[in-house]
Amino acid sequence: MQLAYRNKRITGVLTVIPKNCKTFDEEMKNYQADKKRSRRLKLVMGYDRHHFVEPGVCASDLAVFGVETLLHEGKLRKEEIDAIVTVTQSPDYFMPTTGAVIHGRLGLDSHVYCVDISQGCTGYLTGLMEAFSLLDQPQTRKVLLINVDVLSHKVSKEDRNSYPLIGDAASVTVVERTEEETRIDGEIRMDGSRHDALMIPAGGFRQPSTPETAVLHEDSEGNRRSLDNLVMKGADVFNFVQTEMPPLLASLFARLGVKKEEIDWFLFHQPNKFMVEKLAQAIDVPLEKMPSNIVTYFGNASGVTIPTNICYNVGEKLLGHTYKVCLAGFGVGLTWGAMVLELGQLDFCEMVEF
Amino acid sequence: MEQKIREILADLRPEFDFTEDVDFIEEGYLDSFDIVQLVAMLEKEYEVKIKGIDIVPENFSSVAAMAELLKKSGAK
Repeated sequence: MQLAYRNKRITGVLTVIPKNCKTFDEEMKNYQADKKRSRRLKLVMGYDRHHFVEPGVCASDLAVFGVETLLHEGKLRKEEIDAIVTVTQSPDYFMPTTGAVIHGRLGLDSHVYCVDISQGCTGYLTGLMEAFSLLDQPQTRKVLLINVDVLSHKVSKEDRNSYPLIGDAASVTVVERTEEETRIDGEIRMDGSRHDALMIPAGGFRQPSTPETAVLHEDSEGNRRSLDNLVMKGADVFNFVQTEMPPLLASLFARLGVKKEEIDWFLFHQPNKFMVEKLAQAIDVPLEKMPSNIVTYFGNASGVTIPTNICYNVGEKLLGHTYKVCLAGFGVGLTWGAMVLELGQLDFCEMVEF
Repeated sequence: MEQKIREILADLRPEFDFTEDVDFIEEGYLDSFDIVQLVAMLEKEYEVKIKGIDIVPENFSSVAAMAELLKKSGAK
């Protein structure tokens, strides 16, 4: 699907990172591999540390903390909020939506519309799509996009495939209508035939959680996980990204008549350093323009990696300058997409600890 | 080149004999993480960049397949 939005802009981004943190070195003993191999893996994949919430902390806790931080600091007023789009794959409950919980905890007016989207690694893009669409309603001027995931609760600590890279985080992005002639263009694609490449097999209605689904099993690579845990076919996902993302980006740039040299920042989802750097090589973009350090310092928090990338790697520069940026996400679904937009003159762009 | 590749493989997984005429992937000599590490080691040794789309199991199933991949990637 091709995407085009006019007269919309991002006016602020806040990322919430849990204080709780563990290093790869501390967790190496959990994995069925000798230390030498694990250390090499650490260097290549960029694993250093990851931040995750304590047991019992849920998506709405991080999200409400983020919005309340903005309210307390005067960067947002409650009465300005017309709608909230919450994107998460780790909701507080099956029902109601996490957005409803957030709405209630913030004490928002009943005119404030809240909607949830279940999406993972492309969740920042799908959230922006929904927020931009809501801004076409005549009375809607300001939408909060909340991306939040606490998937560490669902990853086995003995799964070297997923645990070293998983992170929890939330972000609050303020999206507004503007009289300026802005243009935001994108493209998003999906291949549901590969939906089992990244999934949590049990816990839904197809296969409810039982004592049996909680039993750990060892795979051919020595990783131990249960059907209640997240499972990722790492090699398939890597191949998918390297195969599908370059043609999508080429298609988007060609349609817009944009040369990649004109783009100041390529702020992509970051599953691991190796995958991002190979993608940079495939699309011939210098690493200085395409950071790959989010997994290294925070972990991969699914749809929150792009806003974390924005805040950590560009941050304050976005307060006084405007850059042409390309955002891209790829993963669960499988889904992949990208957007090109002018990002800058933000009211805030920062990170806070939970 | 093939001898050097075997030395790199022996350094990575010393418990296996990479002179054997077997499929390294099917036999479990190399897993997906080994392939990632192997790419980094081969790129450093031969000063080349292996394309992401070429990082598929069949290109690491034998020493000959790896040598072919390296030549394709520009290794002398």
